Amino acid sequence: MDATDTSHPDHYHRVVDCQWACPAHTDVPEYIRLIAQGRFTDAYMVNRHSNVFPGILGRVCDRPCEPACRRGRVEAKPVAICRLKRVAADHRDDVTARLPKIPKVKNGKRIACIGAGCASLTVANDLMPLGYEVTIFEQFATPGGLMRTNIPAFRLPASVLDEEIGMILGMGVDLRLGHRVESLREMLEEGGFDAVFVGSGAPKGKELELPGREAAAANVHIGISWLESVAFGHIERIGERVLIIGVGNTAMDCCRTSLRLGAREVKVMARKPRAFFKASAWELEDAEEESVKIIVNRSPKAFVLEHGRLAGMTFECMEYELDSRGRITAERVTGEEFIPADDVILAIGQENAFPWIERDLGIEFNKWDVPVVDPTTFQSTRPGVFFGGDAAFGPKNIIWAVEHGHQAAISIHRHCQGEPLAERLPPGVTLQSRKMGMHEWSYANDYAPAERRLMPHVSLKERFKKINIEVELGFSAEQVAQEVQRCLNCDVQTVFSAKLCIECDACIDICPVDCLTITPNAPEEELRTQLKAPAKNLSQPLYVSAPLPQTRRVMVKDEDLCVHCGLCAERCPTAAWDMQKSHVHWPHAEDEARSLEQRKPKIA
Amino acid sequence: MTFIAKPKVAHPSLPRNALGFTRRDYEGALSTLCAGCGHDSITAAIVEACWGLSLEPQNLVKLSGIGCSSKTTAYFVSGGHGFNSVHGRMPSIATGANAANRRLSYIGVSGDGDTLSIGLGQFCHAVRRNLDMLYIIENNGVYGLTKGQFSASADIGSKAKKGETNLQPPIDPVLLALDLGATFVARSFSGDKRQLVPLIEAGLRHRGFALIDVLSPCVTFNDHEGSTKSYAYTREHYEPAVLADFVPREREITADYGAGEASEVTLHDGSRIVLRKLDADYDPADRQAAAAKVQERMSSGEYLTGLIYLDASGERPEFHQVNRTPEAPLNSLPYEALMPGRKALEKILARYR
Repeated sequence: MDATDTSHPDHYHRVVDCQWACPAHTDVPEYIRLIAQGRFTDAYMVNRHSNVFPGILGRVCDRPCEPACRRGRVEAKPVAICRLKRVAADHRDDVTARLPKIPKVKNGKRIACIGAGCASLTVANDLMPLGYEVTIFEQFATPGGLMRTNIPAFRLPASVLDEEIGMILGMGVDLRLGHRVESLREMLEEGGFDAVFVGSGAPKGKELELPGREAAAANVHIGISWLESVAFGHIERIGERVLIIGVGNTAMDCCRTSLRLGAREVKVMARKPRAFFKASAWELEDAEEESVKIIVNRSPKAFVLEHGRLAGMTFECMEYELDSRGRITAERVTGEEFIPADDVILAIGQENAFPWIERDLGIEFNKWDVPVVDPTTFQSTRPGVFFGGDAAFGPKNIIWAVEHGHQAAISIHRHCQGEPLAERLPPGVTLQSRKMGMHEWSYANDYAPAERRLMPHVSLKERFKKINIEVELGFSAEQVAQEVQRCLNCDVQTVFSAKLCIECDACIDICPVDCLTITPNAPEEELRTQLKAPAKNLSQPLYVSAPLPQTRRVMVKDEDLCVHCGLCAERCPTAAWDMQKSHVHWPHAEDEARSLEQRKPKIA
Repeated sequence: MTFIAKPKVAHPSLPRNALGFTRRDYEGALSTLCAGCGHDSITAAIVEACWGLSLEPQNLVKLSGIGCSSKTTAYFVSGGHGFNSVHGRMPSIATGANAANRRLSYIGVSGDGDTLSIGLGQFCHAVRRNLDMLYIIENNGVYGLTKGQFSASADIGSKAKKGETNLQPPIDPVLLALDLGATFVARSFSGDKRQLVPLIEAGLRHRGFALIDVLSPCVTFNDHEGSTKSYAYTREHYEPAVLADFVPREREITADYGAGEASEVTLHDGSRIVLRKLDADYDPADRQAAAAKVQERMSSGEYLTGLIYLDASGERPEFHQVNRTPEAPLNSLPYEALMPGRKALEKILARYR
């Protein structure tokens, strides 16, 4: 294998599994260390820099970081990253003084954002400090988009939403509530905006066309619209027996909301076995804790009416054949079942809908009738019109929408400055040694064997009394103290310099997880089997050093299970290994602005 | 040295031996030697070998004298029995322990000072007795614990860290052991576990005295330019003669050896050593030839390594045969057998009257 190019910014970035998995590249180990030191406000600001809504995401993030977390490979369970984010948000001080300063003199450019959801708010958050005038158009009477309408208040309290959205609006955003954009042409031609950002989400719930659907309409609800009506207080009751069709996260919100609106018996109906569920594991757990029944292998067949009213649904009982990798190879219907119900909620997905975008504006739509959006610049085929969040590539989640917002803000800035959109700043990584003395390292490198802490919940008796009682209580001080130590500090990197190595084997002997090997070089497949512990995780690239001075063998590191204990560096007599903190620099609009500013010719 | 203990966390797919233990279960206390010390690598090799042999930790006896090397018995198999003896007197303790219980595995770890200076006499007699033990010399050519004076194994012309040149001839433990009739003589290098681990396994299973002289660079006092026991020098002047693969009794020989390339030696317990000669003319069963070859290579500044001499025939009586020690450990014998009583004593004394 060729020697690994560690100067590539991705090399050290992908070692930090959580940060690599996070769409917004949140510096997770850094903020966990700050929490460990009790510096909650600093931890909050590290979060806010990348993900803008730490308090919100600390409760309802989709957590792509957690399945990626190395702790989950070394042990059974990953670090409770999301819960710790909430700790920073809950215990921080007032951050007003630390928010970006907004220039009084504007730069003369006006930006329109359509929809006051997380993507648009991120665009405003990034552009306001640069002197832009940002106007956000929102159809409802409150900002927040799907974060407010689709996530029930017992998971995400309104106060948390209000505060974090308020930080952005407080920058002087012109928010037009109750303003539904009916025509993009009108906005482009008469609005006088230099750029338009479409962050209108994927607001259309999917329909289930089955016999009886129309006749039963009064008791069949579309999940996301229903949650929206609940959020705005338009719906306050539901029948005693409720069926939820679908097992995504929206279904979990629907079933738990039903329980708070008077339902006694809630069943979530899944077409396929559990392994195929779309809902996050923790949301399934939380629903089941509230006695929601999840019934698998039932495919909806028809709505059944009695005396003109919904009486239940019939389902086909399914049987699946799976192959060795768990994929369905065959399915068959083994029978039919009627399940009585007073109400049915459909939560089988959502779609983009752009009836308000005229098709002759130069915005190209693809065969699924969604706009063609550049995945890097987020610009549509019409210059100056950008898409982000669910509006860009269909339903994802908040953290993706935030990153879309960051990237779109860079594009909008470059667009307004007349710079080519694609020539953006590249990401970078800086490294700094953590060695403090002979045997001192400025990070906690002892492996804490504690297991993942569990989130305490409001008791089942109490939580249903009101619809907006937040179920998760947040970690206690003791839980925080233990959970922070579970983080392996993957960003404190093992940095090797081959020319210093004397091949004494000290690092190899001491490595607790056998991730180092000195071996003759070979092609990757061969090398993977020759290591001290075979490198079976093929998605984890091997580190291969330059040839070592004495024998021309190479140092190979399989990063997969490295616990960053630092013993290789501690035991190295020549400091060929060093522990260095990596800082991933993921550019935002402010960095673009600074870089463009520096390139301008200076007039003396 | 380091103050940070090796965390208990281990690779989840670490293999287990016949006893269900992983390699990590054969580790010992935190090493207090210098970072990069060759001795730590030897410790790791011993751990690997004990795991590979599925040794029951309580059946291992770890013996040592004084010196950096002698500290290392604390760093492996913490479940074994340990004895840190007076400087250079480890062979006496090993002899006593061996006499009392022949069912245990004995591993003595010593250094070039402990073996070739203060303990030279003890060492020689342990070899002569053909004591049933594995004797590992962690040989670095200097007295590391007293800040790097030349030891008795320092080569003529070798330079100390401060620049002095050694003028006295070295004592070579391999030649000495060959001369005194050792039945298993090997030399290896701390930086070559592929060679060292099977040698330790074979040495532990060999009945009689097994010597492995392991070149083990002192990273602090003898790893400089001009040293003849540095990592760089050893690597350059290191000549494997016979590689030994150890195959336990219960395992098939799976490696594919070319015709005429390998010969097999069966040990008393049924395990086998597969010898692979890198030099076709070399015969590891010929004591005189082995000694001549070692000497010849030494004169041109090379270290001949590998299993240099092996006599597994059992023809040369080992300690227990000579002294007719009981098969059962003394602690399992009935009191009457151990203590024949006044009458028996009188009978013995009567012989001298």
